[in-house]
Amino acid sequence: MADGASGALRRTLNLARPDEVYNAIVDAHRNLDDEQCRAFDAGLILLLVNHVGDADVIREALAAARLSLNGGSRAS
Amino acid sequence: MSSYQYRHYPYRRPPELDGKGKRRQVVIVGAGLAGPTLALALAARGVASVLLDEDDTVSNGSRSICQAKHSLEIWDRFGIARRMVDKGITWEQGEVYLQDRPIYHFNLAPEPGHKFPAFVNLQQYYVEEYLFDRCLEEKLIDLRFCNKVVGIRPGPESVSLDIETPDGRYALEAEWLVACDGVRSAVRHLLDLPFPGEVFHDQFLIADIRFTSELPKERRFWFYPPFHPTNSVLLHRQADNVLRVDFQLGRDADPEEEKKPENVDRRLRQMFGPDATWEHEWTSVYTFTCRMMERFAEGRVIFAGDAAHVVSPFGARGGNAAVADVDNLAWKLARVLAGSSPASLLDSYCSERRAAARENILNSTRSTDFITPKFPASRAFRDATLALARDFPFARTLVNSGRLSVPTVQPGSPLDTPDGDSDWLRGPAPGSAMVDAPVVNGAGGFLVDHVGQEFTLMSFAPRAADLPGLPEGVAGLMVARGSAAPAGWTALHDRDGLLRQRYDGRAGTAYLIRPDRYVAARWRRPDARELATALRRATGHG
Repeated sequence: MADGASGALRRTLNLARPDEVYNAIVDAHRNLDDEQCRAFDAGLILLLVNHVGDADVIREALAAARLSLNGGSRAS
Repeated sequence: MSSYQYRHYPYRRPPELDGKGKRRQVVIVGAGLAGPTLALALAARGVASVLLDEDDTVSNGSRSICQAKHSLEIWDRFGIARRMVDKGITWEQGEVYLQDRPIYHFNLAPEPGHKFPAFVNLQQYYVEEYLFDRCLEEKLIDLRFCNKVVGIRPGPESVSLDIETPDGRYALEAEWLVACDGVRSAVRHLLDLPFPGEVFHDQFLIADIRFTSELPKERRFWFYPPFHPTNSVLLHRQADNVLRVDFQLGRDADPEEEKKPENVDRRLRQMFGPDATWEHEWTSVYTFTCRMMERFAEGRVIFAGDAAHVVSPFGARGGNAAVADVDNLAWKLARVLAGSSPASLLDSYCSERRAAARENILNSTRSTDFITPKFPASRAFRDATLALARDFPFARTLVNSGRLSVPTVQPGSPLDTPDGDSDWLRGPAPGSAMVDAPVVNGAGGFLVDHVGQEFTLMSFAPRAADLPGLPEGVAGLMVARGSAAPAGWTALHDRDGLLRQRYDGRAGTAYLIRPDRYVAARWRRPDARELATALRRATGHG
């Protein structure tokens, strides 16, 4: 568990077709350069954040994503 | 190298070389997994075939090692699946690691009461050996080793083949030619047919080693393990204490360097530690492609297995799809040859199995893209998924190290009758494979033991008097308490109530099951007209 997690953020799967959605996100980045990717992701996050609407959930997601940077892989 | 003793099967001089040939109903090119399975499935329906292979032995190397439940169910009809289970390694569980810690555990067999496990790992040469043994016993199969197809002349009524043998060349005429001759299909090349698709550049090293220490039974997959920190590794156990280790090498590796025993040993030593001992069985560096023919049949030439479609190895969807192809084809071809269905029935082979190939390619491409991301954003999402996987169950589901082969759903096939009743809570819908369950009939057994040669109508009618009229040529299965059943029907006792549960069986419920064990139609209470219409449609008369 991430430290300080309040439990508002859903941890279990909430997608009927997870592989399809995952690949749709990845494919949407195809042929974008790094700068375009960052801009695209920023837009996407803001759209989804507004849809989620719950500030506690968003804060918890921000913390979890930050934490995952340290436990992340050592990609070459 | 290999501990497997390669047998050389005898070449016999074909009678055509001495002017004794005659037109054959079916000629099959290629004795791998698909070809012999097709020959046996045709023979079980009384159809003779000539099965040609260009060499005289089984698969060189272990190759396709994961034999799926649905393939075992098909081979069980020829009496060889038990041999495979006994020789192979049964596994249903898998573990995915990130670096040195497990992040995701899966179990592919979530419910008991099936005759066969999710997977049996067995080297392809054993599977081919058992298939060859059965083919050689079968009078209706003329298995010809060292017979290489070098020419094809397709015609409207038949196909003419030129075949090269150690004794020279002869011509063979076939009503139907089925190409099961693999990814480099000679038949496809001779007919100059395109094989479009996607090429992947990542290289992989297969090291099959014979191991003496204790071996894991589950599938293991590592992302960035300490012993191979830049890429992924897949581990499978096979028969004879052989391990398949599959190292992802990346795009720039030098295959000749990587194949050198000292370099393979260095990688294995890092993986297994200083005390392990092993012997090499087979080493191979490979890349792969995903391709599919635009049509699986051209006139009287039909393509199956890798000759028609290829996928990446992630998911065990190559060999198992090939076996499913020919199981779909065999009963249709037998009906067309017997004149009981129009030749257009074979169009459904192409549409159903092309849909299956598309699904297999989609799934294996997604796994490949996850394992070998092709651009930086793809890698970023993959690594973020892995990083979240430890704390977040949803992310574990997204980790894609191969979505393992299950029978594909064939929705919208012209052979199926869509549900008319809408109150189904579960059970295989038309276009889905039937589901196994334990049943008692005398000695007991499983539902798969009672379904398969012809069409089957399984009825949950409570009494014999309530059974629907059985159309001609359809075998009846009556789910009942007693053993008495009217003519044409076999009584099955639903030992654990799982049949009722898995088929949502209520009084009067009936399923029409195709010879390839796919559901063609189902009803809560069918009348004679509905049954006849569904059967007409399922046999290509619709």
